[in-house]
Amino acid sequence: MIGINIYLAVIAIATLLSMYRVFRGPTTVDRLVAVDIMTTITTGLMVLFALYYKRAIFLDVALVYAVLAFLGVIAFARYLEGGI
Amino acid sequence: MISEIIGEFLVLFGTIFYFLSSLGLIRMPDVYNRMQTATKSATLGSLGVIIGVGIWAIGHVGSYAWLPKTFVIAVFLLLTNPISAHALIRAAYKSGIPLWEGSIVDKYREYLEKEEGKEEVSDETKEGEQ
Repeated sequence: MIGINIYLAVIAIATLLSMYRVFRGPTTVDRLVAVDIMTTITTGLMVLFALYYKRAIFLDVALVYAVLAFLGVIAFARYLEGGI
Repeated sequence: MISEIIGEFLVLFGTIFYFLSSLGLIRMPDVYNRMQTATKSATLGSLGVIIGVGIWAIGHVGSYAWLPKTFVIAVFLLLTNPISAHALIRAAYKSGIPLWEGSIVDKYREYLEKEEGKEEVSDETKEGEQ
């Protein structure tokens, strides 16, 4: 089959493409949407790194990263809505 | 091994959807369309990548303990990604970002106008009863 290095490279290219929207985006919510997608993609990247190095501890790191990214996005949405 | 082939196919599927979601993020005209294209395909792609790694590890690492952990991460992402997208886009609408000029349907504004009209009507009927 194709191999794990190609998947890691394609996911890194996808992260860089959403980084373009973070720097370019005209409004604040555009940048925040791009950061949300970047955290989702980075969770998949961490799970692939766990398979690349054959260490199961990176799966726990990915789970904690997903929880913290969700809380951060919810807090920023509350702030933009005027709650905090 | 059959599990390596199935897992690698799922990881390939998810990787293609990751690439398409970030491509939609830089191609779409306004924030609502960007959220529409990006969130759905990123959620499907992460489901494919994460469960694919769990199945791939049965043959590649030789351990069955990866599959429950990856299943927990995938279910968590499947539950929380729509919630964060909904909260973000509601904050964008409440903070007054305009729609793209090509968009012609705004169901949320119609809903808000209907709610205001219903409240006014109910106030008038209450005053009439009194």
